Amino acid sequence: MSKGNRPLSPHLQVYRWGAHMAVSILHRATGSALAVGAVLLTWWLVALATGHEYFATVQGYADSLIGQLVLFGITFALMQHLASGVRHLFMDMGRLYDLKVNTLSAQLTFVFSILATIGVWYAGYKVMGVL
Amino acid sequence: MAEFSLPKNSKVGKGKTVAAEGATNTRDFHVYRWNPDDGENPRMDTFKVDMDTCGPMVLDALIKIKNEMDSTVTFRRSCREGVCGSCAMNINGKNGLACTTAIEDAKGAVAITPLPHQQVIKDLVPDLTNFYAQYASIKPWMQTQSPTPEKERLQSHEDREKLDGLYECILCACCSTSCPSYWWNDDKYLGPAILLQSYRWLIDSRDEATGERLDDLEDPFRLYRCHTIMNCANACPKGLNPAKAIAEIKKMMVERQG
Repeated sequence: MSKGNRPLSPHLQVYRWGAHMAVSILHRATGSALAVGAVLLTWWLVALATGHEYFATVQGYADSLIGQLVLFGITFALMQHLASGVRHLFMDMGRLYDLKVNTLSAQLTFVFSILATIGVWYAGYKVMGVL
Repeated sequence: MAEFSLPKNSKVGKGKTVAAEGATNTRDFHVYRWNPDDGENPRMDTFKVDMDTCGPMVLDALIKIKNEMDSTVTFRRSCREGVCGSCAMNINGKNGLACTTAIEDAKGAVAITPLPHQQVIKDLVPDLTNFYAQYASIKPWMQTQSPTPEKERLQSHEDREKLDGLYECILCACCSTSCPSYWWNDDKYLGPAILLQSYRWLIDSRDEATGERLDDLEDPFRLYRCHTIMNCANACPKGLNPAKAIAEIKKMMVERQG
């Protein structure tokens, strides 16, 4: 029996996704995105400390369409990471392992993060008087 | 480091199509094929199986294919009733036993591949050597220091009940090979099946090696690569919950630190 050239069986290519699997990989992805977001926030604070002119420049970037899209993404990443983090907290205590409850809790993290992101931006625009 | 795509020699090509003669009510079965002797890449063959003369389970279809359409199709099977765990495979994207998975539950065609992220010996037969070696590594037997009693070691009803949901495991490897964490670290992470077995001995009131067993699991990889993705519990054909068992081991780890 030749052993050398054995193929690896398909994995990600065939495995069917569910909410539980999506929420898990999104926890990692949003965590990474938030690390980048923290760097951007630091840049914004450094600009604030540097002086009026430089702050105005950075604020201009943030106000642009791309800047707002990035900020919207960071808001979603924060809300999704927060929700799945709380779900992890319960699972670390040995809760939410019943399959139906587990899937429901995964779906609820998405409901929360989408609603919370829209809510934050709605409130933000409202305060700015755009809406 | 995790490799998300398949290596060059593992890319799956298109195979042949075999139709059952004179059949009117057919269903397509796409079956993963790899022959160790021809030097070719794996491929997906399509078998148009006559459903009027086929049994209800996916295993019935596979046996029918082997008997009537292509005798070289290779797979493991034995008990055909969900007790032995031999016919574990990936059916339409989910791991399960071919003998307890109804064809009816699939909409349209049925795609069958070996258990995911394993070395393939032939067709649907994966090499489970590593899986069994990991099972041996947790010493899956009762360990005691106290003198052997004259009769059996007794256990209360309550303590016996703690083994429910654990002793039923048939080690089919459906859960372990459904776990992305196990895919990326199967050389260091024990995986859900072996950890469920480990917990089965950890909470057995008659076992006296609980401390040593926990010591063996205190490692960045063996236990803690579980990120509660929950694919294991969703895959288990016996309805067990390895993720829950792993959570209980993690709790034991914290509790013994006081």
